[in-house]
Amino acid sequence: MPRINSATELEEFRKGILSKRDPDKSCIAICAGTSCLSLGNDRVISAFEEEVNKQDLKTKVDIRATGCHGFCEKGPMVVIYPDEICYIQVTPEDVPEIVSQTVLGKKVIDRLIYTDLDTGEKAAHQSEIPFYKNQMRLLMINNTKIDPRSIDDYLAGGGYSALSKALFEMSPEQVLEEIKKANLRGRGGGGFPAGLKWQTARNAPGEEKYVIVNGHEGELGAFMDRALFTGNPHSVLEGLIIGAYVIGSHQGFIYIRHDTPQLKNNIDMALAKTEEYGLLGENILGSGFNFNVEVHLDIGIFVSGESSALMRSIEGNNPEPRPKYIRTSVSGIWGKPSDLNNVETWANVPLIINKGSEWYTRTGTAGSKGTKLVSLSGNIVNTGVAEVPFGTTIREIVYDIGGGIPNGKKLKAVHFGGPLGGSIPESLLDTPLDFDELAKLGAPIGAGSMLVLDEDTNMVDVTRYFLNFLTNESCGKCVPCREGIRQMLKIVTNICDGKGREGDIELLEEISEVTGAASLCALGKTAANPLLSTLRYFRDEYEANIKKMKFPAEKREL
Amino acid sequence: MDNDKIDQIINKHKGKARSLIQVLLEIQSQNHWLPKEVLDKVSKKLEVPLSRVMQIATFYKSFSLIPKGRNEVHVCTGSSCNVRGSTRVLDTVQDLIGIKPGETDLDLKFSLETSNCLGCCNLGPEIIINGKHHGRMTPAKVEDVLKKYE
Repeated sequence: MPRINSATELEEFRKGILSKRDPDKSCIAICAGTSCLSLGNDRVISAFEEEVNKQDLKTKVDIRATGCHGFCEKGPMVVIYPDEICYIQVTPEDVPEIVSQTVLGKKVIDRLIYTDLDTGEKAAHQSEIPFYKNQMRLLMINNTKIDPRSIDDYLAGGGYSALSKALFEMSPEQVLEEIKKANLRGRGGGGFPAGLKWQTARNAPGEEKYVIVNGHEGELGAFMDRALFTGNPHSVLEGLIIGAYVIGSHQGFIYIRHDTPQLKNNIDMALAKTEEYGLLGENILGSGFNFNVEVHLDIGIFVSGESSALMRSIEGNNPEPRPKYIRTSVSGIWGKPSDLNNVETWANVPLIINKGSEWYTRTGTAGSKGTKLVSLSGNIVNTGVAEVPFGTTIREIVYDIGGGIPNGKKLKAVHFGGPLGGSIPESLLDTPLDFDELAKLGAPIGAGSMLVLDEDTNMVDVTRYFLNFLTNESCGKCVPCREGIRQMLKIVTNICDGKGREGDIELLEEISEVTGAASLCALGKTAANPLLSTLRYFRDEYEANIKKMKFPAEKREL
Repeated sequence: MDNDKIDQIINKHKGKARSLIQVLLEIQSQNHWLPKEVLDKVSKKLEVPLSRVMQIATFYKSFSLIPKGRNEVHVCTGSSCNVRGSTRVLDTVQDLIGIKPGETDLDLKFSLETSNCLGCCNLGPEIIINGKHHGRMTPAKVEDVLKKYE
């Protein structure tokens, strides 16, 4: 493959790919996300390959192992294009029938399609399944269609056109303006405007600057970033290169955890291919812009996701945060300006450049624009990754997309943002998904994990669980965090064990205030969030536990 | 683990001090633990003081300074697995193999660890053995799964 040396060559190359592809050709898209693979989709993939070989259909049918489709609950998933017939819980034994009936015979196999448990309604096409129907998939849309290991698949869908537009038709200032106008806010938890961060790094003094993809995703119950990054690595990479162009950086880092080998392989492949095609490295697309990317694989303990800790880890040191009087966008890795954004934030960039900020800001609420990936877990019927526009109510996400609570139980609370997030009770379910609205309720959106809890849950026990997690994950550098969380855990454990005393709640509030005010980094500052939000909405459970009354909800047998 | 392999790993990272974590990670994943001589060697080759190598090697619980079992059992204790009953699964695993999280049994058959969320929440509660996910576990199913490993 020769290098692509200009915008025109890129478009010609794209036309070349498209001309070789027949949109009416059958394509079997098999989900190769971690969860579907664990459920046996690797065997389904080989069964399809075998069957297609046996029937000598190679010219008529494509087989594509794609990224995560999102609907993990009903995996292994298989989608047959062009008709978009969606089969759930597929086994290798179903494969010959699917090939003969659906791929060749264009008939739908009734027993493999989705059936709504409540209404009994069937849905043969992916877009008719309630889980997908109620979403707005801008970032995840390609996950079901492309092979993450094929750059041609990404290019065929218009990939790298945003990069070419930014490099040849826009100045770095114009790109920055567009991102600022789109009001793209950081998806990793802080919700800080990405444009402002870019601007700070761009204006910071110094020749050498770095851009970083934070693919750490240590938040419990969050798995949307790896679904997106593993399934469509080029979309994140394209965003990163555009960001580097704006900031004036020539070296990027991708930070990921060591326990996601599939993600590592897909990123390595994406980097090798983009370099080969001239979309990365020296003189990108003949524009004169140079940019290289290095993957930093790390153990990834929880605190590594904090920006200054992550940067120290890239330097080869312990991931211990530092005070941020000076922002990392001014002084980060080796004291150089370093812009760090979350996977999902980067993936939004090509979208904004391609379609414009005016189009982008049409979706969402006044303060939060665009869509958000959320991962649904806990006591919910449809565990999985969903993408919804900001402003969707939590009730819609839990019931229309998530399918509600299993076993006929009632919902008690929804916990956002993992160990540094908070819970909202059933009565607030009509709150829209929005950075500011949820923060006001004491349940910051975090990276987007939504843990749904049913009526049997003891909220004091949930708080104990998160405090226990944080005690183990605190790096131990600063005393307020290390000791504060430990003491809070002690008291909450006592309350759980029926050894609570009068005055414990007040003491907890006092400790949480000091820990929040005096800790170095976001981990300590927000460690009391689960505690404070449960005290705010479920104080009666604490009081009942202390007074040794019957629990408002029976303590669950765990 | 032979010296050639370690040299290979170190040379792959071009002997840069900042690759310390990467180098240790690779040795850990191939050798399952970090012997003292290896840490010495890493310190010399990467030109990093041994104290700093030790700092990193003891900071992360994923690094082990003692030999690990042939089979590494991880029980996910993430928030979703927790509400779905991972505590009982962990108890059963502990009873069956007779060790606690962080320990290795005497005949080096199993090492047990708890792990944080691995993002397969629909499979919860799950246990992961040598990287393979075993989902939708119940205490009753655990024994059958463990039997498969020698």
